[in-house]
Amino acid sequence: MLAFILRRLAQAVVVMLAVGLIAFALFRFVGDPVLFMLGQDATPQDRERVTRLLGLDQPFYVQYASFVKRAVQGEFGLSLRQMRPVSALIVERLPATLELSFVAALLALVAGIAMGVYTALRPRSWLSQLLLALSLIGVSLPTFLIGILLILVFSVQLGWLPSFGRGETLAIGWWTTGFLTASGLKALVLPAITLGLFQMTLIQRLTRAEMLEVLRTDYIRFARARGLTDRAVYFRHALKNTLVPVITITGLQLGSIIAFAIITETVFQWPGLGLLFIQAVNFADVPVMAAYLCLAALFFVVINLVVDLLYYAVDPRLRIQPA
Amino acid sequence: MILQAKNLRVEFRTRRGTLVAVDDVSFSVARGEVLGVVGESGAGKSLTGLAIMGLLEAPGRLAAGEVWLEGQRIDRLPQAALRAIRGRRIGVVFQDPLGSLNPLFTIGEQLEETIRTHLGLAGKELRQRALALLAEVGIPAPQARFHHYPHQFSGGMRQRVVIALALAAEPILLIADEPTTALDVSMQAQIIALIKRVARERGAAVMLITHDMGVIAETADRVAVMYAGRIVEIGTVRDVLHAPRHPYTAGLMASIPRIAAGAGRSRLAQIEGAMPRLDAIPRGCPFHPRCPKRFERCLSSRPELMPAEESQAACWLHASAIAQR
Ligand SMILES: Nc1ncnc2c1ncn2[C@@H]1O[C@H](COP(=O)(O)OP(=O)(O)O)[C@@H](O)[C@H]1O
Ligand SMILES: [Mg+2]
Repeated sequence: MLAFILRRLAQAVVVMLAVGLIAFALFRFVGDPVLFMLGQDATPQDRERVTRLLGLDQPFYVQYASFVKRAVQGEFGLSLRQMRPVSALIVERLPATLELSFVAALLALVAGIAMGVYTALRPRSWLSQLLLALSLIGVSLPTFLIGILLILVFSVQLGWLPSFGRGETLAIGWWTTGFLTASGLKALVLPAITLGLFQMTLIQRLTRAEMLEVLRTDYIRFARARGLTDRAVYFRHALKNTLVPVITITGLQLGSIIAFAIITETVFQWPGLGLLFIQAVNFADVPVMAAYLCLAALFFVVINLVVDLLYYAVDPRLRIQPA
Repeated sequence: MILQAKNLRVEFRTRRGTLVAVDDVSFSVARGEVLGVVGESGAGKSLTGLAIMGLLEAPGRLAAGEVWLEGQRIDRLPQAALRAIRGRRIGVVFQDPLGSLNPLFTIGEQLEETIRTHLGLAGKELRQRALALLAEVGIPAPQARFHHYPHQFSGGMRQRVVIALALAAEPILLIADEPTTALDVSMQAQIIALIKRVARERGAAVMLITHDMGVIAETADRVAVMYAGRIVEIGTVRDVLHAPRHPYTAGLMASIPRIAAGAGRSRLAQIEGAMPRLDAIPRGCPFHPRCPKRFERCLSSRPELMPAEESQAACWLHASAIAQR
């Protein structure tokens, strides 16, 4: 168990160092920081002084090491556009993205598994056919199009839900939440559906395929032969075995939900990290871009780690070596 | 009689027509009796067992026939009623002991849920009964093994667990479908002995399905030989094994590996050819293309089971004996 965790941790560190290198390279190769700080008409002496001050005369690996050291402490410098610490910007935007991603993932997981199980158990019902057809559409339509369609119907035509922003938020310490106000919850609906739809259809199809596979196994046949109730056979035995791969893959998808939030946040002008990143790209705001990259990578790595551990906890075959 | 199967017919409706996988199969098993069902792979043995339990999966279906359990007809029962019989009055053991157990539940959990479902026990009583069962089927240190997962057991131990599961609610009929086929030879004898012992101790009837005449010889009281979906010979083990009346049975007998010879299992070396596919069962006696004793009548008309000395055989060789009587 410990060896397993340590090995995974080591892998995670390697991934983070690699992403850090890319983020660091952004600083080096996108624009010239000295030029940016001093302007066009600085003297060569000034330039040299600032270069030394910033440590840019040091060898590459020394600079990278100090970058990593600062990054670990959450220190990415000032945003070039807003002239505020990047870390402050991130902390400000983080809750919006996490809340949106969380709701989207929850929606995708609950609805996806429910629909997947239903379509597997009742393959011939008209509802199953409909769900399968819809899931095909869900997989093939691009996210921004779904977002725009939802806005068109529910905001423009029906006027039920807002088309942009987070609504009212409450501050709990440094965290701002939209969960506690009516307008905050209303504002979440369309973006969460937009963001979660693709994953939901994916989870639905995956659950269905896994469930059908499990229902063909000998232990399900034997469970029936033992006279267990349909409920026990389907929702105890079959579902648990179905959920192992589904949860693993869904967990891994959580990272891409956060990453895909960029598109959804842009469509809905959702004040989260994705929007921050897009704006940073437009302005070549390198520190913000670098910080976003590292943070996104950190999410991926942490999620993968948690999923691995979950998998380990759920599947006894991984846990204990055969006696 | 604990089990009576009457004229069972299992069909598969396919696009290319209806395949008959079990055709007019009748037999019975008495209390405390072990009926062996033997035949090559594909003969319809497993489907017969599944049909009795009502576990045929689409597109397979019981197209005709009746299943009687202790004088009660069960093949027309609604699913819920059948479910209550499965595990409770009919226990089942399948071939693959690892596949039969859910890998994500401990054997204790699987045992307890079976007992709880059928006997409604709970708490201490439930636990005690589960442990007693594990001890009965010969699992050493049941207390410790209770919380182990299937993959932590060896093949033979797993099959013992499966047998414990099958016996959990004290069924009166045990259907064991090739219970030793997946096990190594040293394990086979132990599992067979275990099945025999529990059947005797509990007075249960056993339907033991196998393709191994050797297993039949060691275990069964009576034997039904199946070929291409039909019973071709049925009688007591002594009669059938010492004096097989059907040429197919004789061929099977000749294929029992001689322990002294030490050679590997050369199954059915004595019978040329293979069993026909379901969509190509020949006219007349289905066995005639492979039969060393065939004559004209075998090519054109199909023999039913007819008395042949003490046994019954579906072979025209015995028609003359009837006529003479
Ligand atoms: N789903 C199915 N569709 C068509 N034929 C089937 C199906 N399942 C089994 N069969 C056929 O039924 C026959 C009997 O199978 P089975 O009872 O499993 O044989 P045995 O147990 O004697 O080896 C085989 O020839 C097999 O091909
Ligand atoms: Mg079989």
